[in-house]
Formats: sequence, C-alpha cells, structure tokens
Amino acid sequence: MEIKNDREKTDWLKYFYAFVITVLIFATAIYISNYFSNKKLSQLKTMEDKISLDILSSETQFSLLTEASCKDIGDNTLSIEVGQLGDKLSYTEGKIGSDNLDFQSLKTYYFLLEIKDYLLMKQISEKCKDKPTFILYFYSNKGSCTECQNEGYVLTKLHEMYPQIRIYSFDYDFNIPTINTLKSIYKIENKLPAMFINGKVQYGLKSVDDIKKIIPETKIWDKENLASSTNNQASN
Amino acid sequence: MISNLITYVFLFCSLYFEVFLLITYIEKRKTIKTEYLEMTGTNWPSVDIVVPCFNESKTIIATINSLLDLNYPKDKLKIMVVDDGSTDDSLKTLEVFKKNTQVEIHHKENGGKYTALNFAIENSHADLFGCLDADSFVDKDALKNMLPYFENEKIMAVVPSIKVYEPGNILQKIQKIEYGWGIFVRKVLTYLNALHVTPGPLTIFRKKIFDNIGKYKHAHQTEDLEMALRMQKHNYKIANSHRSIVYTVTPKTIKTLYKQRRRWSYGFLKNAIDYKFMFFKKEYGNLGFFILPLAVISIFSALYLATNFVISNANIILEQITRISVVGISFNKINFDWFYFNTSLTSVIAWFTILGTLTLVLLSIKLSEGKLKIKTELFYFLFIYPIIAPFWLFSAVFNTIFSKTITWR
Repeated sequence: MEIKNDREKTDWLKYFYAFVITVLIFATAIYISNYFSNKKLSQLKTMEDKISLDILSSETQFSLLTEASCKDIGDNTLSIEVGQLGDKLSYTEGKIGSDNLDFQSLKTYYFLLEIKDYLLMKQISEKCKDKPTFILYFYSNKGSCTECQNEGYVLTKLHEMYPQIRIYSFDYDFNIPTINTLKSIYKIENKLPAMFINGKVQYGLKSVDDIKKIIPETKIWDKENLASSTNNQASN
Repeated sequence: MISNLITYVFLFCSLYFEVFLLITYIEKRKTIKTEYLEMTGTNWPSVDIVVPCFNESKTIIATINSLLDLNYPKDKLKIMVVDDGSTDDSLKTLEVFKKNTQVEIHHKENGGKYTALNFAIENSHADLFGCLDADSFVDKDALKNMLPYFENEKIMAVVPSIKVYEPGNILQKIQKIEYGWGIFVRKVLTYLNALHVTPGPLTIFRKKIFDNIGKYKHAHQTEDLEMALRMQKHNYKIANSHRSIVYTVTPKTIKTLYKQRRRWSYGFLKNAIDYKFMFFKKEYGNLGFFILPLAVISIFSALYLATNFVISNANIILEQITRISVVGISFNKINFDWFYFNTSLTSVIAWFTILGTLTLVLLSIKLSEGKLKIKTELFYFLFIYPIIAPFWLFSAVFNTIFSKTITWR
C-alpha cells in the first residue's frame, strides 16, 4: 500500500512573524544609520562652529595687534582643524552625496571659513612682515576633471612635507557668490585643476616637484628640515 | 539608487531566511532532543547498503569496514559493492571481502554513479535500501539511530548528519564548519518538510519508494538531489536523523573543492529548472513556496553582493595605485576616528545579516558538536568562505545559462 505524507499546511503565521521581525530589524538598521549620519553632520557643524569661533578670536586678536605681539597670533592649529574638517566633508560627500541639503549648507559654511581664514592670515602676515605661502586650489568633482583627484594626492603629500604651506581648496562648480567672486578676482578659468600660488594661476596637474619649483621657500624649509634631523641624530 | 535597492532586497531576503530558520529552530529545539530516540518494535528490517565505487581503492576498504562494524544484526544487513568500471586496482582491493557473506561484490561497465545505484536497486530485495559513497565512513550507531524514524509510516527516507573526516588543512576546517551548518539547516528543513537532498553518504530509503517513483536518474550528476525533489514532488516525507553520524572525506585543495562545489551548484540549478513547476506553489508546501525559490535567489544574491564587494574594493585599490603613481609610496596613519566608520544603511543591514549568520553558525556548532566550541576554523569560515564560494557559483551559473556540461572530477 502506498502511504503518502499529507502535506502539512503552510504555516502562514510563521511567514508573517518572520516578515515582521525582519521589517523590525530593517527599521532598527534605518534608525541606527540615520542616527549616526545625523551625529556626523552635527559633529561637522560643531567643528565649523569651533573654527568660526577661533577665526573670530584671531580677528579680535588682530584688531588688538597694536597691543599684542605677532608671535601670539596665527599658529597652525586652525589650519590643521580646517584640514580635518575638509577631510571629513570630503568623506561625507562620498557617502551621502552632494545633493543632501544639510551637507550643502555645511560645505558652503566650510568654504566661507576657508576664505575668512585666508584673508585673516594674509592680513596678519602683512602686519607681521611674514611671508607665508598660500595655495588656493580649485577642483571639480564632476567627471570632466580627471586630474583633480591626482592633484588632491599631490597637495596632501605637499602639506605633509611642508605644513607651513596653507592650502585652501574650493569646489569650482559650487555655486555660491563668494567662490564666484574669488574666481573672478584671481581670474580662474574652467581649466581644472587650477591653483593660485604666489600671484600666478597654474593650470593642469602639477607634481610635488613642479610646485616646489614655484615656491622657492621650499628649498629653505628642506635645508631647515635636514639640519634639524641631523641635530636630532647627533643628540641621539 | 537602483543598485542600492537591489542590495536592500537581497539583504532583506537573506535576513528573512535567517529569521525564518531561527524561529523554526526555537519552535522545535525541545523536539530535537527527544525525537525518535528508541525503536519501539523488536523486528529489525533487512537493509541493503550499496557502495558505488569508481577508482576509490584508497578509501573503499575503510568504507566497507565501517559498514561491517555497524551495530546492526549481521543477518539483516547486506553490503553491495558495485564497481562501476574502475580503472585503478579497486576491484583487486575488494578481493579481501570475497569470503565475507555480508559483502556482495559486483562489477559492471562504467556508466556513472546513478547506474551503479540502479544496478544495486534491481538486485536488492531488502525492506530498506541505502547508499554510502566510497569515500565515507559510518559511525557504529548511524543505521540503528535511523530506524525509529521508519516506524512512522509516512517517512520514506532518512538522511544522516554528515561530518568532515579528519579535517587537516584550513580548507577542510572551513568545510567542517560548513558541514556543521549543513547539519543545522537539514534539521530545520526537516520540520518544514523541505529537505531537497538525499545525500550520497548514507541515505536510507524504504525500498518500495523506487517501485513507486522509479530509480535514480543522471540528473546532471546530482542524482541525490533529483531523487529528493522527485520524492517531494510525489509528496513523500524525508526525515533527518541528526544522531546518525557519517564522516566523509572532503577536498583538500582549492581546485578539487571548486570542482565539487561547481558540480553541486550546477546540479542544483539544472534540477531547479527541471522542477520549476514546484516554485511558488502552495501544494508543494514550504519547499515549493519558500525554500526552493529562496535557494535560487540566494545564489544570485551571493553573486551580486560579491560583485559589488569586488567593485568597491577594486576602486579603493585603484585609487591607492593612482596615489602611489602620483606621489610615491607613503604610509598614511590609520584613522580610528569613529567618523570614518561606514554607517550607511547597506553597511548596518549587512552587519545585522552577518550577526544573524554568526548566531546560526554557533547554533549549528552546538548541534553538530554537542557543545559550543569556538575554534579558529570559525574565523576561517566567516572570512575565507565568502571569498571563495562566489567563484564556483559564477561558474555554475555561467554553465547553466550556456548549457555547458560539468565533469565529475
């Protein structure tokens, strides 16, 4: 006699429970992801506020310059913080995309802070008879600028070698009046990557060596670095 | 955007499957400990176990000896060795069993494993019929533990728990975890009546099943899979005796593992196509409605996620190569700032899925080993297996799409 199994009824309730639990896990994942995204944006905002405060502080110090000595003003701390903020903004842009409104507002604020820092540093150096080196770097995240990423690597390397150089990067396509004004003042054409160094605009990919040739101070810094490392070795 | 959506759908399916398995396990975990412990009757059914053999001279003696050592009445157990036209000295090696009344040795022209099995079925007159691959060894109580299941007349076949025989290298240790996972999944699938493989290492059938639904078929070199699907199609129940342990020799090299798994995956896909009428049909229960479609989806899901992983990592590697070509080699400090941890939705869901997988793997270790032991092979399995598995899946899918046949070895 043939004995067949009576096909057990499909347990729809179990399918439903599994579905509800999976949806709950997904909802939790969405919550966690949003929570950390907001945390990150809020951290960026806090950083920007801090930098803004620091700039305000420097500006105030600058206003009091007649009563303060040059050595009290304008160390590299702010430059490092601006650099870290730039790195985090760039990372966030890659993750959440540049269309996010919160992010766009943070990016606008960042560029404004860069320009404020640049102007302040210029004024301080003029008053203090210092001769700092500034690089205004214009890039584009659009596909048309194939060399922009490479120029980014070069400038990161350059900043590691010479922290004295103050590098300010600007998204050429970011349409805000201040960047447009900057482009018009320095006559930056849409031939990216472009850099404004020592009063001249440089177009196209420039290697570390190319930039070193444009900035003669690098030779002095190289000698100073060599001397300090020799001294360190001798003392060890 | 579309790419993200596809990723979410695949991750949802994986997570849903894990949750479904977990619910079923929690629901049945007490039954697992108590089910079919003892035979109530005293009549031992007669059992014929066939050992198909093609060039297995290295392991065949140990395989047969393990069968002869089974705790089972000798007059009720017959071992049928069918040499499928071996070209090595398998047949000569088997001569040691010539005088053993429990062992029958047959020789036939090579025709493939399924022909050897069918040859034995034709010559078998026992109540129960089993098959044991010539590279596998049974535990003494493997057969005895299966018998209580056959007291349920609805059960037509019982499959065992398969473990890796003496795992030596990393690859075999990875397979040890994988086989443990197989033990867990097989147990859970039993409760869903959705077992779809009657594996070569010792599946025992009621002999009459072959009269009812026919003998083995070539079935794209996965005759054990097709037989299970055919039984399911005809509504016959397959059970799993998790206390019946069979040890099998597993591939030692990437090449042999790749070939074996490619054949299994290809066979599954081809048989899934042959049995596509079962898909999404309520009359085929959980197997047709859920397990089979999900098994196919999981192959494509694994391939899609692996491709995405490769592309994203290739981009990172390419960026680093470009950076080195532009500014030379420089070692960046590793940044442990939490800001740079990937907290995108895909990443968080992927972590939940990995957590689910880890839970199930740990449960499978507990079920297969009797207790929870965390060994290095768990990490090998979690980190190496997802890297190597997509290779045979890709090849199997390619060969299925372009109808290329796959060789056994």
